[in-house]
Amino acid sequence: MQKKIIKSFILLFIIFIIGVFFISLNKNSIYDTKGLVGQKITNVQLDHFSKNKMITEKNFKENEFTLINFWASWCAPCRDEHPILLKLNKEKNLKMLGVNFKDNKKNAKNFLIELGNPYDVLAVDNQGKQSINFGIYGIPESILINKDLIIIKKFIGPIFESDYEYIKSIVRKK
Amino acid sequence: MKLKIIIYLILLNFNIVNAETNSIDSNNIFKNLRCLICQGQSVADSNSEFAQTIKLVVKDQIKNGKSESEIYDFLVEKYGEWIVYKPPFNKVNLLLWLLPYLAFVSGGVIIFLLFKKRFNN
Repeated sequence: MQKKIIKSFILLFIIFIIGVFFISLNKNSIYDTKGLVGQKITNVQLDHFSKNKMITEKNFKENEFTLINFWASWCAPCRDEHPILLKLNKEKNLKMLGVNFKDNKKNAKNFLIELGNPYDVLAVDNQGKQSINFGIYGIPESILINKDLIIIKKFIGPIFESDYEYIKSIVRKK
Repeated sequence: MKLKIIIYLILLNFNIVNAETNSIDSNNIFKNLRCLICQGQSVADSNSEFAQTIKLVVKDQIKNGKSESEIYDFLVEKYGEWIVYKPPFNKVNLLLWLLPYLAFVSGGVIIFLLFKKRFNN
């Protein structure tokens, strides 16, 4: 009887270990925060890019949807997504907030002069501290939020044509 | 007078000990945070942009009087449980926390049964 218990215990343990390895090895090991949707954004205190004023939650509440895009002139993928951001700027229900991340102001201005300015409001995050409040860990990153400041979707990396179609379908539903 | 000085010194000592235990060691927090863009490095080990920003934010939060657990909670809310090396005790992680204890107890039971068997023989 005891032998049977020990044997079955060892067998169960081996099955468990194999199961854990099987699940872990088949799982994507690259972590991202795409799944962190449905949260409310709070304590927003962004400096305006050119004016001496703060951008807070109040500014988001005025819009049906807001796309918060973290970018910099030194970021190559930001150039790739720029034409799509310009297209998104034409959407009625969507306001675009650009957050210039750890950048040189002059270079940032030149970047927008060269490629066009897709942003309705432009903020700056020189030290990157505010990016942590948005759960950003690399740029470009974009967050689509609604009127209630709830995160609908996170875009890690540049925005592609498929993302454009998705955003368009969401904001046009309203 | 001497007694007063001794009492004063004892109280002063207590205050110093309390201050030391209440102060939060930022390096300890950095060691418990995973650098999300690095391969197997903690925020303490990494010099990446992300790690540097996290360090600034953690220092700011300590300055603002946030406790260690409040800082972890804030970062878990923003980046998910993956950012902390020590997983929080909740329903999802229950097995992870209990398994070492279960293995320990089961091992003890097996050893006990084996000894009992030998003793009987």
